[in-house]
Amino acid sequence: MASSVSFWERIGFRSAGGVGDAGWGRTLVVALVSFIYFLPVLFIIFTAIKPQALALSVPPTLSPTSLFGLIPEQFVFTPTLENFGSVFSRIMTVGGQPEATGFDRYFFNSIVIASASVLLALVIGTLAAYGFSRYPLKGNDTYLFIILTTRMLPAIVVIIPVILMFRAVGLSGSYFGIIMLYTAFNLAFTIWMMKSFFDELAPDVEDAARIDGSSEVKVFFKICLPQVIAGLAATFVFGLILTWNEFLFALLLTGPDTRTVPVAMNQAVSSGGRGTDWTLLAAIETLFLIPVFLVTFFLQEHLLRGVTFGTVRK
Amino acid sequence: MSTIEIRKITKTFGDFTAVRDADLTVSAGEVVCLLGPSGCGKTTTLRMIAGLERATAGDVIIAGQRMNDLPPEKRNIAMVFQFYALYPALTVGGNIAMPLHYEGLGSAETAARVNKVADILHLREVLDRLPGQISEGEKQRVAVARAIVRDPNCFLFDEPLSRLDVELRHSMRGQIKGVLSNLSKATVIVTHDQLEALTMADRIAIMRDGLIEQVGTPHDVFAKPANVFVASFIGTPQMNLIEAQFKGYSNGKAKVAFDEQDVDLTVNPAVASLKPGKLTVGIRPRAFSVVPSDTRDTIDAVAELIEPMGAETLIHARTKTGSDIRVVVPRDKRVKTGEALHLVPDPAQTHVFADDGRAVRA
Repeated sequence: MASSVSFWERIGFRSAGGVGDAGWGRTLVVALVSFIYFLPVLFIIFTAIKPQALALSVPPTLSPTSLFGLIPEQFVFTPTLENFGSVFSRIMTVGGQPEATGFDRYFFNSIVIASASVLLALVIGTLAAYGFSRYPLKGNDTYLFIILTTRMLPAIVVIIPVILMFRAVGLSGSYFGIIMLYTAFNLAFTIWMMKSFFDELAPDVEDAARIDGSSEVKVFFKICLPQVIAGLAATFVFGLILTWNEFLFALLLTGPDTRTVPVAMNQAVSSGGRGTDWTLLAAIETLFLIPVFLVTFFLQEHLLRGVTFGTVRK
Repeated sequence: MSTIEIRKITKTFGDFTAVRDADLTVSAGEVVCLLGPSGCGKTTTLRMIAGLERATAGDVIIAGQRMNDLPPEKRNIAMVFQFYALYPALTVGGNIAMPLHYEGLGSAETAARVNKVADILHLREVLDRLPGQISEGEKQRVAVARAIVRDPNCFLFDEPLSRLDVELRHSMRGQIKGVLSNLSKATVIVTHDQLEALTMADRIAIMRDGLIEQVGTPHDVFAKPANVFVASFIGTPQMNLIEAQFKGYSNGKAKVAFDEQDVDLTVNPAVASLKPGKLTVGIRPRAFSVVPSDTRDTIDAVAELIEPMGAETLIHARTKTGSDIRVVVPRDKRVKTGEALHLVPDPAQTHVFADDGRAVRA
């Protein structure tokens, strides 16, 4: 089924009818609004491919191409990839040699920490959500509420006790520590999300499987899980975005070896006393966007169904 | 042997008793319908037989073995659900083959069995499609196919036809009845549709508020309802249940006062044992004859609403003091609104129910 979906269909251009029922007029309005939403991201991407000298030029350079003469010459810049190179290796001291910045390591850290904690939370949370949904306890809703309270306190409030505890048990600066912390945070979200997906399923289907001879384990893996793939995808992406962009805990609980990109990004632009290097920052951000962008893109088919779950009677 | 027996089973949810002391025996090859209004406990009873609910008290015995403590997968039963409960991620063929996976058959044997039932239920063309891509009627047949692909101890159907439109329901009723008659298994069908129960069942168990009110053949529950509830539930249009004062019994006739009017009715001799007092007379709309005004011992009413039903005409009439009486007359009997009707009930179809609602019958 998935293989028949072309690139254009995947990003929303359905072949049937070309323009949807709304017609060109409304489509254009929505396209315009979407463009405005996308503008900051676009500006960052363009800044990333600008020559460093043009970063703060007045008037600002807006486009790497003149769009066949549509954009006046003074707003056009010549795109370059040198900023991406300097993300990983650049001259740190005046007159010195290019040095490795360690960003390859930081990207690796971000990917490992975010995906490990989100996947771990997804596995544990899905099992827990299934339990909450199918085998309700006395006071089921109270437990769910308590689980959610972990996300009610602002990070800045809990950070100090967390730091002290991490110090006390020696988890500061370790992969294990930060992964556990993010897993705990993602769990609340995962359990709530997945429980609502499990609640949506028709219990008759599971009963039918039991009568057809499935054990409880098989009912879960063969019958329930395939029906909540959309939910798994949605939960994974939302969890990933939250964890990927997390800054405060990463800043205070990761060490030099386990530093994630948001923390490293902050240090890369604020160190050196030469002012902020905007093109470098934009290049890091552009690279930083790519993994989440790709994951979301490939899960989009499931994601759209996941986000709108429950709104349509199946 | 494929039999089902439930002995005094009770199910309570907290303070609510869904089923109370239900007794029922289904022998091999017999089809029993559990019939009743929604919320009467019929589905709960079925789910207890299936093992999807645990009986609070009593025994469930399938094929001679007490099954109370066995989970559904160990009971070797097949069940068709109201909403079909097809596995959405599997093809039609995969759905039908699902119960076979657990028997550990080879793929050739599995395919042969699937094809066999697919032929019986005309599903050969849709075997490769997903449940979301087939029609309601086909889904229903897939659910039945999935049930009969195995050789279970018994069959359970939960409102199998309720989601189909009228036309399809007719033909499926026949098809299911045909399939079941070839299998000689004990079968329980839950339904709220009396026509479904009357046409498909060998025996009908009528339930209300968790109690089995009467078990009998379709003929029995229609001709000899055990109480006022069964009388009112079975038969369309509904039986007329007229409250009356019983004044005495002599020479095979009961003197009964409807409102202010004393009528001598020929009734079951067992009525003689009743003490004078309140009772309910039940007469089916088709059991009346309209007679000339000078006849004695008639029930008098004025026609208020005439509903032609094709072959027959349904008349809603009202007695002097306002009781509603439904009368069905042949099409050629012309009655006008406002016309006075003098009605004589057929003695063989006149039911007398005592004050407590039970039928008085020898």
